[in-house]
Amino acid sequence: MAHHDQAPQGGHGASAPGAAHTAAHDAHAHPTWKQYKWVALILTVITGVEVWVYYIPSFVASRLFVPSLLIMSAVKFAIVVMFYMHLKYDSRLFRALFTGPLIIAVITIISLMFLFGHLAVRGGS
Amino acid sequence: MSASPALDHIQAGPHGHHYTTTGLDSRKIAIWAFIGSECMLFASLISTYLIYKGRSVVGPFPHEVCNPPACGTALKPILNIPVTSASTFVLLMSSLAMVLALAAVENRNLPKYSRGDRILGSSKLWLWSTCILGAMFLGFQAYEFTSFVHEGLSIRTNLFGSSFFTLTGFHGAHVTAGVIWLGTLLAIDYKRGLQPADAINVDIAALYWHFVDVVWIGIFTLVYLIQ
Repeated sequence: MAHHDQAPQGGHGASAPGAAHTAAHDAHAHPTWKQYKWVALILTVITGVEVWVYYIPSFVASRLFVPSLLIMSAVKFAIVVMFYMHLKYDSRLFRALFTGPLIIAVITIISLMFLFGHLAVRGGS
Repeated sequence: MSASPALDHIQAGPHGHHYTTTGLDSRKIAIWAFIGSECMLFASLISTYLIYKGRSVVGPFPHEVCNPPACGTALKPILNIPVTSASTFVLLMSSLAMVLALAAVENRNLPKYSRGDRILGSSKLWLWSTCILGAMFLGFQAYEFTSFVHEGLSIRTNLFGSSFFTLTGFHGAHVTAGVIWLGTLLAIDYKRGLQPADAINVDIAALYWHFVDVVWIGIFTLVYLIQ
């Protein structure tokens, strides 16, 4: 399995000729098989922890429950996007094409939550 | 060589790649732009679900017991977390199979020294695995939808039912499209074998598949776990 521990040789997304070639090709290295295996393990463990805390009534009732689930979900999201979707290794243009709309999407969700009263700004009176 | 140096970058490359002046493949730019637009589609569906959460007048409810008069009979919380956890695990493993399929296509021409090399280098095996795991996820979803309808929750029952079935139904439709897409790649692989030059096509399908996975990561937390 030696060759699978090395980055794949194919450069299919960003290997055009010209000045952009070198930078784009360098940016296109992929994770190794071992990294993929570890990523899958970490995702499974985080999912297990998410489900485990769901069944702890005292934790569900605490203020930590929702933030901890959101953080774990965000970590899983980021891991898949960075390693499985190779965004960590790919062109900055792809990163911009994804994170731009993602930021707009998150702002939209939070704004609508405020607008419909699911989130509230507590004033000191 | 064309008259303009800039045009050199937009000509097809040695494997029929469609390069742009950015030095990037236009198809890959397109799939990322598409994924960006899909982010906003699912944001609208998720925010609709969250806005309507807790505002249903009649049961069944996702996390709460429903007692008369809101329900004809006492109803348990309708979400089945163990089943959904299993389907989430299945989808996560399908993403692992997908990256291994892509690596297998990219490394097709490398020598395979051991049995492990041959297994890891089999694009058919990993594409089949991804397809089967995707189909299993759809099976879990079909089971969930059917059991919900049997327990009295349909898309017309209450606000929870409307927003839940719309959100998860759209996601399921995306998974279905992904399974069909992977099926076409498998057909090509059986017909002439996917070569390293085809890796861009597998990569684009993989990006779509992983995006479907990350959307589910969000849905699983926001819809199923947060009460």
